[in-house]
Amino acid sequence: MKKIWIIAKKELRSFFDSLMAYIMIILFLGFSGFFTWLYGGDVFLVNQASLQSFFSIAFWTLFFFIPAVTMGLLADEKKSGTIELLITKPISYWQIIFGKFLSAFLLIAITLALTIPYYITVASIGKIDHGAVWMGYLGLLLISASYISIGLFASSITNNQIVSFLIALFIGIFFHLIFGLIGSSMGGIMNTIFSYLSLLTHYDSMSRGVIDSKDLIYFASVILLGLIGTEIALVKKTRAN
Amino acid sequence: MEVSVENISRSYGLQKAVDSVSFKVNTGEIVGFLGPNGAGKTTTMKIITCFMSPDEGDVKIGGVSVREKPENVKMHIGYLPETNPLYKDMPVIDYLKFVAELQDVPKDKIKERIFEMVQVCGLTQEKYKKIGELSKGYQQRVGLAQALIHNPEVLILDEPTSGLDPNQIVEIRELIKKIGKEKTVIFCSHILAEVEATCDRIIIINSGKLVADGTSNDLRKQAQKKEILKVTIEDGDKNEVFMALQKLDTIEMVDPLPSYTNSYEIMSRAYTTSRRSIFKLCVERGWALTEMTPIERKLEEVFRELTIKN
Repeated sequence: MKKIWIIAKKELRSFFDSLMAYIMIILFLGFSGFFTWLYGGDVFLVNQASLQSFFSIAFWTLFFFIPAVTMGLLADEKKSGTIELLITKPISYWQIIFGKFLSAFLLIAITLALTIPYYITVASIGKIDHGAVWMGYLGLLLISASYISIGLFASSITNNQIVSFLIALFIGIFFHLIFGLIGSSMGGIMNTIFSYLSLLTHYDSMSRGVIDSKDLIYFASVILLGLIGTEIALVKKTRAN
Repeated sequence: MEVSVENISRSYGLQKAVDSVSFKVNTGEIVGFLGPNGAGKTTTMKIITCFMSPDEGDVKIGGVSVREKPENVKMHIGYLPETNPLYKDMPVIDYLKFVAELQDVPKDKIKERIFEMVQVCGLTQEKYKKIGELSKGYQQRVGLAQALIHNPEVLILDEPTSGLDPNQIVEIRELIKKIGKEKTVIFCSHILAEVEATCDRIIIINSGKLVADGTSNDLRKQAQKKEILKVTIEDGDKNEVFMALQKLDTIEMVDPLPSYTNSYEIMSRAYTTSRRSIFKLCVERGWALTEMTPIERKLEEVFRELTIKN
C-alpha cells in the first residue's frame, strides 16, 4: 500500500507540475458549466432543480479527457526507459499499476469535487433529489475508473502517447456508444447482452438514483479486466522483451 | 554479497543474446564486464537486476534466486542502467527522494542519504534544478546518486562514466573503488583503460558467450602465448645478424625494423623464450646487445583478438 501511494503521489505531482491537471480542471469545469447553466438543455430551460444535464455532459467530457490523462502514464515510462528504474526497484507490477490508476482516479475525483458548487447552487434554487445527485457522482466516479483502466491498458501496449490516446478512445467508444447502439437495433437476447455491455445503461440508471448490484458488478469487471490486461501487457513488454 | 550467475541464456526471437554464461563475483570485488556492442552485456545486467527473466539458468544474489524472490533481491541492488532512467521534469532532490522511498530507505534517514549522495556525486549546486535542465554529465551523476541512495550491497553500473569530464571520471572511479572495498561491483564499459584502472577482474563476453575471465595480467598472458621482443644488436653486419637469429631454435620469426638502427622484432615459438639464446649468440659472435625489450600486448589487442576471432 505504501508503495502504491509513492507512485500515485509522484504521478499526481507531475500532473500538477506539467499543468496537465489545471488544463483538465479548467476545461472540464468550463464545458460542464457551460452546458449545465447556459446552453442546450440547461437547468433554466428544463426548469427543474436537477443535475441531469450536468451528468450527461460530464459523461461525454470525461470520455474524452480521461484518455488524455492516462495516455502517458505507462507509454512515457517505456519510451524514456524509466520503466526499467521502476521495475528494478523492490516494487511489483501490480503496485506500479495500482499507483498509476490511483493517481488518475484522484485527479478526476478532485475535478469532480470542484463541481460540488453546482450542486449547492442548484439545491438552493429548488427542491433537488439528493439521492440522485450522489448516485450520479458515484456513477461518474465509476465510469471514470472504467475509462482510466481502459486508458492504462492502452498506455501499456504502446510507447507512443498519441497512439495510446487513440486506442483508449477506440476501446472506450464501444462501451460508451457502440454497444448501446447495437443493443437497441437488435431484439431479444442480443439486445439484453449489448445493453448490459453498454456503460450508458448502467450510468443512466445510476444518475436517476437507482443502483443495482448488476451495475456494480459491471463496473468492477470492466475495471478489473482493464487492469489485468495492463499487467499482462506490461510484463510482456518488459520481462519478455 | 556474492553474485553468482549460473548458466543463464536469453534469446530475442531466434537470436541468442546470452548463451549459457556463468560467473561469480565475490564481496569486495570490482569486476569489469567487457564486450563489443551487442555482445549481451546489457542483457546480462538486466537479468541480474531482475528486469528480465532468463530463459534458462538462474542468478543468485547472496544465495537468493532472482527467479524465486525478485523483490528480495532488488532491495540489495543499486543499478544504473545504460539508458540512464530519469524523470526529466522532476527536480534532482525530488527524484532522489522518490527513489529512496521506493528502495525502502527509512523515513528519518532519507534526508541524510540524499544530502550525502548530493555531496558525493557533486550535485550540491544543481540539487533544486529540474533534471532535464542539467547537462549530460550532471544527469549521469544523478543516475549514479540514484543507484547508491540506499547504500546497496551489490552495485551494477552500465557505462557509468559516459558523458563525464575527465576530472569527474577520475572522481567516479575513485568512488567506485572506495565503494568496491566492501561491496560487490559489476561495471560495464567500453573503455578498456578505465576497466583496467578500476577493476580487480575482467570478464569479456562476445556474441553471448563468455570468452575470458581473469585479472588484466592473466588475460594478457593468456592471449600472449608467444613472446615478442624488441632487440637491438650492434657491431654486426645486418644481414648476418638476421640470418643467425633466424637459425635459433626457439625463434619463429624475425622482423627487421625499418630504421637505421639494427633493431629487430622477434617472435618466439609458443610457450618458449628466446632471451637467453639471443644473449648467448651475441656473446659468441662478439656483437653488442644494446636493447632487449619485451613487448607487452595492450589490453585492446587482447580484447580484439578474443572478440574478433569468431
